[in-house]
Amino acid sequence: MTAQTSDVEVRVPAAAASGPRLRVVGLLAVLVTLLVLLVLSLLVGSKAIAPSVIWDALFHPSADIDQFSIRDYRLPRTVVGLVVGMALGVAGALIQALTRNPLADTGILGVGAGSSFAVTMAVGVLGIRDISGYMWFAFAGALIVTIMVLLLGSTRRGQSPGVMVLAGVCVSAVLDGAGSALQLTNPDAFDAMRSWTAGSILGRPLDVVWPVLPFFAVALILAFAVSGPLNAMALGDEIAAAQGVRLARTRVLAIIAITLLAGGATAIAGPIGFVGLMVPHVARWFVGPNQRWVFAYSILLAPSLLLASDVLGRIVMRPSEIPVGIVTAFIGAPVLIALVRRKKASGL
Amino acid sequence: MSIGVTSRSGLTRHRSTGGAPGGRLDFGRRVLVLRRWRIAVRLEWRSVIVCAVLAVAVACMAVLALMTGSYQLSPGQVVPALVGGETGLVHDIVVEWRAPRVVAALVFGAALGVSGAVFQSMLRNPLADPSIIGFSQGSYTGALIVILLINGTYVQLIGGALLGGMATAIAVYVLAYRRGVQGFRLIIVGIGVSAMLGSLNTWLILRADLEQAIAAAAWGAGSLNGVSWDQVAIGGVCIAVLLLLAAMLSRPMRQMELGDDTAASQGVRVSPARLGMVVVGVALTAIATAASGPIAFISLVAPQIGHRLVRTAGITLAPAAFVGALLCLVADYLAQHVAPTPLPVGIITVMLGGGYLGYLLFTEARRRL
Repeated sequence: MTAQTSDVEVRVPAAAASGPRLRVVGLLAVLVTLLVLLVLSLLVGSKAIAPSVIWDALFHPSADIDQFSIRDYRLPRTVVGLVVGMALGVAGALIQALTRNPLADTGILGVGAGSSFAVTMAVGVLGIRDISGYMWFAFAGALIVTIMVLLLGSTRRGQSPGVMVLAGVCVSAVLDGAGSALQLTNPDAFDAMRSWTAGSILGRPLDVVWPVLPFFAVALILAFAVSGPLNAMALGDEIAAAQGVRLARTRVLAIIAITLLAGGATAIAGPIGFVGLMVPHVARWFVGPNQRWVFAYSILLAPSLLLASDVLGRIVMRPSEIPVGIVTAFIGAPVLIALVRRKKASGL
Repeated sequence: MSIGVTSRSGLTRHRSTGGAPGGRLDFGRRVLVLRRWRIAVRLEWRSVIVCAVLAVAVACMAVLALMTGSYQLSPGQVVPALVGGETGLVHDIVVEWRAPRVVAALVFGAALGVSGAVFQSMLRNPLADPSIIGFSQGSYTGALIVILLINGTYVQLIGGALLGGMATAIAVYVLAYRRGVQGFRLIIVGIGVSAMLGSLNTWLILRADLEQAIAAAAWGAGSLNGVSWDQVAIGGVCIAVLLLLAAMLSRPMRQMELGDDTAASQGVRVSPARLGMVVVGVALTAIATAASGPIAFISLVAPQIGHRLVRTAGITLAPAAFVGALLCLVADYLAQHVAPTPLPVGIITVMLGGGYLGYLLFTEARRRL
């Protein structure tokens, strides 16, 4: 395994060739950023609430109205943003590593749309209203679309980034259409899904997070377990196989992790795009292509991005708010355009 | 008028004489030439026949759509009503209620089909579709701004959709430009721009009043509900003019498929022709979008089906128009009468077209790369 890592590090561009110590320092800096954003997410809102009240709301609860709005609104959305952001970031890093496609993202490739459609089906048609029930549908939808897009996007000579993105866009379009057909023919479903389809971390009680957390934990362990083999596979399947990587097993494990992360995130927050696209690229600028570090940075960077977008969405149009999915699209789409304009995509 | 059957030399002949099975000579495709008053039109027999068959299919589908509804009519009532032979209730149902919708489906479907054909030919990519690369979204943004912010009239709505579409086309082109425009880069840039405009549209709807928002959202799914004769007339006239322009551009279009240099050496003025194609293509999409909201994927599918039916070397406009009209009619019929509750036609076309796009990607990817 060490031999593989050193092989990979030969390819690290000069700017990113930071030593392990610098990477740890960078990681700490990102962690501090995340903590600051967590606090900001509690502080900023349509009503200005003093920090002392927030402190009391968390640690000395009482029946105060401001404390109530902190505990029931800002705290859940902050926790949801943290959890969903982590899942989306790692899912994005994984799917980029697995497909070796710098344009890959669970949103762009339609994985989110797949779980959305499955959840719409579960909630609207089958009447399952509990997340521990419909998250299974989200997982199934994510799994089916991931496999479908991988098949559609791969060609005899390997995988083509453009074709894969188009395949994802096509699959999302079809599933969105089918989903809205379901919602329009079924007013109950429409009502139940309305807030969810916008892709927001607002108004999700903490109860929807707990059932999904064990799956996220499993997926994160899987992600780090396959990071070594994925490093080797970045050099090509043949070289990886020669180094003793079991290609099929790595791919299956990576797909399972992507499914759990993307499906779980969608089950909690609805479809949120572009987070998984941007974050791994930023991580690679810092640490180069070593997946272990990319995952570690993505875990912290993605929730930072999501929380920052959410806070931004609260500030820009005060007192009304912009759902976080819209903000991430506005930040993320230019990144997609910049990426496709670059001559060589970073580190894949 | 003289009708002559000649054969087209060129690629077909070369290829088939080179490796013809059984040594049979292929003299190319049969061509119908019409000459009158110094004007000569060369039409391929296969295209003529295919278009005629498609026209008949469109007519049958239109009559079927006029017959069906909560008050069922027979073909014997519909056809006389159309030519003015019926009065009273039947006349009202057919001419006043159902016909605008059917004519709208027909005209806008044809417009979308031709628009798609123009873009697919210009970008030399079967996936270059106005609804994928963001032009429909841009038109929708323009129209939304007119509806929500200035509460404009229908003509202003068309203007807004046109402006939005054109601005998006320019933005996508400029953003994708990097020592020339490469097809896939343009498409991915278009997807990005489309995503941004999509969220802009969602946000515009979110911050609007509830009533306006509901109207705008219903329109945004791509629906022919409540299309009036006025809208069909204004849209129809604009589209007729644009289709004529597109027909005039079809020759340079075919030659530019061979590459700009080749076309230039044949006497095509490449830059004005391309500008004309962009304007006509975007305008066709924008006008259809202004009237009915974004009806996705007809512009993607129609040229491809037409292309497979007439088996020409490049994308041709007339079959694309007929297939577009037919598809739009069929999709609207399915949306209105076959779905359990009436749906916006855009949802049906997205599902049909998306499935087709998947198939196309699958085969294209396997064949070409």
